[in-house]
Amino acid sequence: MLSGWTVILASFAYLGILFAIAWVADRRADQGRSLIANPTIYALSLAVYCTTWTFYGSVGRAAASGVGFLPIYLGPTLMMVLGWSVIRKIIHVVKANRITSIADFVASRYGKSQLLGGAVTVIAVVGVIPYIALQLKAVSNSFTILAAAPAIVMPAQHSAVPLLHDSALYVAVIMALFTILFGTRHLDATERHEGMVAAIAFESVVKLVSFVAVGLFVTYGLYDGFADIFARARALPGLERLLTTADTAVGYGSWATLTFLSMLSVLLLPRQFQIAVVENVNPAHLKRAVWLFPLYLFIINLFVLPIALGGLMHFAGGVDADTFVLTLPMDNRSEGLALFAYIGGLSAATGMIIVETIALSTMVCNDLVMPLLLRRDWFGLRARADLSGLLLTIRRWAIVAILMLGYAYFRLAGEAYALVSIGLISFAAVAQFAPVLIGGLYWKGGTRSGALAGLLAGFAVWLYTLLLPSFAKSGWLPADFMTAGLFGVELLRPQQLFGLTGLDEIGHCLLWSLLANIGAYVGVSLLRPPDVREARQASLFVDALRLEDAGRWASGGGTTAQVSELLALAGRFLGPEKARAAFEQFARERGVALARLTANAELVRFAESQLAGAIGSASARVMVASVVEEEPLGLDEVMNILDEASQVRAYSQELERKSRELTRATADLRDANERLRELDRMKDDFISTVTHELRTPLTSIRAFSEMLHEDPRIELAERTRFLGIIVGETERLSRLINQILDLAKLESGRADWTSVEVDLAEVIRAASASLSQLYKDKGVALALDIDARLPGVMADRDRLMQVMINLLSNAVKFAPAAQGRVKVSAGGTAAEVRVTVVDNGPGIRAAERETIFEKFRQGGQDVLTDKPRGTGLGLPISRQIIEYFGGRLWLEAPGEPGEGARFVFTLPLSTGDNAEQEHAGGASGEEDTDRGR
Amino acid sequence: MRNKNMREEPVAKKILIVDDEPNIVLSLEFMMKKEGFEVAVAGDGDAALERVAGFAPDLVLLDVMMPNKSGYEVCQLLRADPARAGLKIVMLTAKGRETEVAKGMALGADAYVTKPFSTKDLVAQVKALLA
Amino acid sequence: MYRSRLTTQRLAAIFLLGCLLFNYPVLALFNKAVAVFGFPVLYAYVFLAWLGFIVLVALVVERRQD
Repeated sequence: MLSGWTVILASFAYLGILFAIAWVADRRADQGRSLIANPTIYALSLAVYCTTWTFYGSVGRAAASGVGFLPIYLGPTLMMVLGWSVIRKIIHVVKANRITSIADFVASRYGKSQLLGGAVTVIAVVGVIPYIALQLKAVSNSFTILAAAPAIVMPAQHSAVPLLHDSALYVAVIMALFTILFGTRHLDATERHEGMVAAIAFESVVKLVSFVAVGLFVTYGLYDGFADIFARARALPGLERLLTTADTAVGYGSWATLTFLSMLSVLLLPRQFQIAVVENVNPAHLKRAVWLFPLYLFIINLFVLPIALGGLMHFAGGVDADTFVLTLPMDNRSEGLALFAYIGGLSAATGMIIVETIALSTMVCNDLVMPLLLRRDWFGLRARADLSGLLLTIRRWAIVAILMLGYAYFRLAGEAYALVSIGLISFAAVAQFAPVLIGGLYWKGGTRSGALAGLLAGFAVWLYTLLLPSFAKSGWLPADFMTAGLFGVELLRPQQLFGLTGLDEIGHCLLWSLLANIGAYVGVSLLRPPDVREARQASLFVDALRLEDAGRWASGGGTTAQVSELLALAGRFLGPEKARAAFEQFARERGVALARLTANAELVRFAESQLAGAIGSASARVMVASVVEEEPLGLDEVMNILDEASQVRAYSQELERKSRELTRATADLRDANERLRELDRMKDDFISTVTHELRTPLTSIRAFSEMLHEDPRIELAERTRFLGIIVGETERLSRLINQILDLAKLESGRADWTSVEVDLAEVIRAASASLSQLYKDKGVALALDIDARLPGVMADRDRLMQVMINLLSNAVKFAPAAQGRVKVSAGGTAAEVRVTVVDNGPGIRAAERETIFEKFRQGGQDVLTDKPRGTGLGLPISRQIIEYFGGRLWLEAPGEPGEGARFVFTLPLSTGDNAEQEHAGGASGEEDTDRGR
Repeated sequence: MRNKNMREEPVAKKILIVDDEPNIVLSLEFMMKKEGFEVAVAGDGDAALERVAGFAPDLVLLDVMMPNKSGYEVCQLLRADPARAGLKIVMLTAKGRETEVAKGMALGADAYVTKPFSTKDLVAQVKALLA
Repeated sequence: MYRSRLTTQRLAAIFLLGCLLFNYPVLALFNKAVAVFGFPVLYAYVFLAWLGFIVLVALVVERRQD
């Protein structure tokens, strides 16, 4: 038989065990042998997510909507997968910036704004209070039911019970005391509570084992396994629908909404943030948590539906489904199991309440009360020696206040809702943190005002569409508020806002509140660029994983603050010994004695982070600033200076770059100028040479013409001779002019000669024939040795003729009269034809073999004084012509004794289309295709 | 009377023509002979120096652009020889640039004539130099 | 470093898979009043998919760094 006292005794015994575990864990932590530095403990402590909502409420939910209880656990499963990157990043940010709560996180992200921290705190407290009320309701109901055993009596309406007889009030008071003992015995700069985490992990095991025990009892004790329960349920009308979801858009929409909501909640609920982030010992522990925590959720949910179905079939009405976990064992005379189930429920509740209220009280103290007290300086705080006592006191009262508020909500509104529905109201509230938190982690553009606007807008919509209706449903607000809307405006009906219907109340609230939240956050943020402090914090948060190894973000920047002042300041909040120890550690890490520590930016930041652990980052900033207020360079100023310095550096780099470009351009210009001058000099030389060559025949012509003109008495023979000279020199002049024009064309690349297949043998014969008179006159023998199968070449016949005549006339010019011999041989190889012209003249010295191809450079001037003069352009022009057609012209060493000059030229064979195309020059594409290659 | 005659019919002045262009040599030779000078020719610089020694001209018509030794070199060598102090030198060139005229004058030429020249002007200049 | 990035990408892909598995319309495929081995098909599907999902995540994150 279970009496009320037995239950109370068991409850306190259980709480005592928890306390013992926490005490041991704390001691071990002090000894440096942490109990919780273990990934499994971390994963189990995350299961603080499973509260009495899960323990009692899921069964109630399943009894009402079948598998509809599952999204609340699928969401966290999905979130943990993302947690690998998202939670890991948050943990890095939190550790690096000594952040102590979600309020601190948001405040710190948006430039250490006290206002923002306060706003988050208020939203968190208001939002979570229904959730705490849920725990109180569950514990007090389970106690009441169990104490009445063996009869199954549903608890009376609490509002009907006088306050002092309400077990829920005592639950709240006991919980408050227990939490105060548990969580606020001492102050830790990091806000980590090893003992608490160990106890929470233990509680997770207890509630899991307890629930599974009940599940096994129902499934295999009362029934014949899963299949039996399902088969029986299917047979009953009304239960069948629980085995499917409501197959409607609302059903699936609601499913998706709850999944999404629980995804956010598993991260954003203050207790989840506390356990997953603040209490995290090592980010590597996430590795196990991402699958072990979902596995925990999986196991604890396995028996929910069987218990629900079993309860529905067993009791057939009259018993609240939220109590099946307790009442099924009771009704089957398993009182021991019922007590164990009660303990499981108690563990679920205490776990939640302890962590949640500790997290909330830290926020209330650091982000709400302390900033106000410090700002107003009501109690002369800035001058007080040791504030650590005050901080603890504030937190203790905050815990009491939060639990009392929870109780108040429970009295006011708790009756109208099932457990799960109350919890969802809280879920929707903390979902409002998602935009500023997730956005702040990945988007640098968010500003303080944007974050504040988003939070307030979302919170306001949540209040209006979810919290106020919960009061209205409980009769504390006029009912027509719900049906007629605010001020009787239908469009403002809280749960059909702007006439939106078709969503459940949670989905409706979530849609409008997140719309308002995100819209305001993004919209207001985009009104102005982030200021220096916001930008700095944004980069610390967004680039957290990248900055991790990059070391300190700011060093240098002198300060006049004395080390002793900073130490005293830290001592006031942390306690003098603790502060001194921390500073000594800081000094030791830098290899100097505490007394010789210099007050630089690094130390200021260290002091600030130490204080941030105790009073939140925003307050810490104010406090440190108050000590270093004569400091000529604030952090912002340092940032500004760095900013300016980098601008100046960028500017000077730009200047340097431009100057380098200028130098390079100048050098280029000088080179180009040099080339131009060289070209100019060459052109001058060329013109001077051409002038000389033109004037020479002109001189003879003018002299003889003038003589003939002035002296008519000159004898006929002389006259004829002179006229002959004039004619000869005129021809020479014309030839010269033509060749200069040829050369100019060739050099400017404007020669437009046709390339056709030319019979080289015929050209050689024709050139020989045209010069045969000259050879005959001088008595020089000309021999031709032409290969009969000489292939054709691609060239311009007239130009080849010009080359041949030039070579042949050079040969005859230098060949000795009467005994002269000139031989032309022509033959082909596989790739080219080769033509050689050899004379038996004096030959050309090896040193001159190249220079004679230069313009106006005439060979043999030392040996010939009375020979017909050339223009000095024949060979250069010939060489250009041959090269134009792809060949080469050069002078070889004499082959055998007695040989004079030996000129050779080659031309490529016209091997079909290729050669033709190559030399056709302007051949159009059409001709190309016509050739049909 | 005889002496007078001797004075009225002075010994013909000697002119050396140096050029590598046979037709120009021919025209100058014809021109100078017609004016009553005693004429010798040379086709290049070396030959010119030889002829100066043997022929002992009063004036040299000296082309600048010649094989072996240029007119400038010949001019310089002649001016360096004190025995030839009275020798008149007229440079002939087809290159008419100012710098070349200046160069010729600096080397000690008495006149500088650009080709193609006016036969009358050349004869007048030669006569003036030998007067 | 590379391994860690790969893990992150794999988990992101698994996350998307989970979103697909546990939502409409995949869910609707199993939303029938049929039993397999005595279990309602939806119940069986959600729990099996859930367990498979957890195993997949565990395999990815617990893989030895090779």
